[in-house]
Amino acid sequence: MAREEETKVKLLGLWVSPFVRRVEWALKLKGVSYDYIEEDILNKSPLLLELNPVHKTVPVMVHDGKVICESFVLLEYIDETWKHHPLLPHDPYDRAIARFWACFVEEKILENAWIAMCSEGEEKEKATKIAIDAVERIEELLKGKQFFGGDDIGYLDLAVGWVSHWLPVWDEVGSTKILDPLRFPSTTSWATNFLGHPLIRDNLPPKDKMLDYFHQKKGRIMASRARV
Amino acid sequence: MAETLTLLDYWPSMFGMRCRIALREKDIKFEYQEQDLWSKSPLLLEMNPIYKKIPVLIHNGKPICESLIIVEYIDETWKGKAPLLPSDPYERAQARFWADYVDKKFYDPARKVWGTKGEEQEAARKQLVQALKVMEGVLGNKPFFGGDSFGFVDMAMIPYNSWFHSYETFGNFTIEMECPKLVPWAKRCLQKESVSKSLVDPQKLLGFVVEMRKKFGLE
Repeated sequence: MAREEETKVKLLGLWVSPFVRRVEWALKLKGVSYDYIEEDILNKSPLLLELNPVHKTVPVMVHDGKVICESFVLLEYIDETWKHHPLLPHDPYDRAIARFWACFVEEKILENAWIAMCSEGEEKEKATKIAIDAVERIEELLKGKQFFGGDDIGYLDLAVGWVSHWLPVWDEVGSTKILDPLRFPSTTSWATNFLGHPLIRDNLPPKDKMLDYFHQKKGRIMASRARV
Repeated sequence: MAETLTLLDYWPSMFGMRCRIALREKDIKFEYQEQDLWSKSPLLLEMNPIYKKIPVLIHNGKPICESLIIVEYIDETWKGKAPLLPSDPYERAQARFWADYVDKKFYDPARKVWGTKGEEQEAARKQLVQALKVMEGVLGNKPFFGGDSFGFVDMAMIPYNSWFHSYETFGNFTIEMECPKLVPWAKRCLQKESVSKSLVDPQKLLGFVVEMRKKFGLE
């Protein structure tokens, strides 16, 4: 019975997307097997457009015929559906705090690190500063901790996990130094712990391909801005 | 042990209204503290040092910030009465998805509809109307977004009802024309005491918006 149910999960994704990867990490931590379908984001499949007509993005998960989109919504769905190895803490206040920081990192670090990578001049400077100030907050949160949740990976580690592997790539492509190891030793140490977890380590996109991808992406974005 | 519950809020805020509705749905006694956002109190700055924004719910001295996170906290802490989210994980995912859509697609264009002019305002009006039409489609023929009863998505969206009159006035459109199903939906929501007590009079809000427009040099 269990095996049948497990293969009823399909995940539409993009190999380089941090949003997709966090969902995969959650499924792997829960031991849920799934069929992965790679999407070409520049040439979206009819399936993707049918399953996510609102945002037309990945990740999209189909479980037992039910379609769920948006990575944070998916993390909560996965946690509530497969109850072993809980991702969110039990206490409502701790849950609220985890959700708060997940949203904070998404808004302040992810969005701004992306802008910093793909822009120049004042816009780049402003975005870089916001991202660095935000990492400062995360640094305070992580002092003395192995993971955000304590001894093991939890919801907030999965939500922020992209910082460990994508942010160094974006820093290189954008010639920024948002994740500065000297300035942020606790965050750097957390990143090492996170990347060292066997389920994470074996589920990361290759760095060289990421560098190529984001260099090209940045080039396209900056070229289209120049045309405007 | 005496429980203390304070909501730091600002009367026109649609985000604050969500929290007021949630607390009243659960019949929880709380202290409402009006904040001056142009001269932020030490309490607000202490309780929300990251964003320095309302709403903030302070429960026994511990702050919770961000309106939808506050609503989920209220639901998880006071489980006994009036569930704010469905119990089924898939239904919950749908509710969170659409509440997130409201958060992503309403506020910025709505702000520009009353707070800008010309081309920028027109583009914003189109975006807002588009988002409203999507939500009208989601509602379909159901009485509430939550189905037969008022739920999470209704709570996320109904505070905008206080602002609709202002959007219509400055955006030069009507909800009735563009997304008619939302009119009876809003009326149904307002029949609930938790909603009618928590929302503000659209006329009073229009006055507030006029004052804000004067401040921005638009009047």
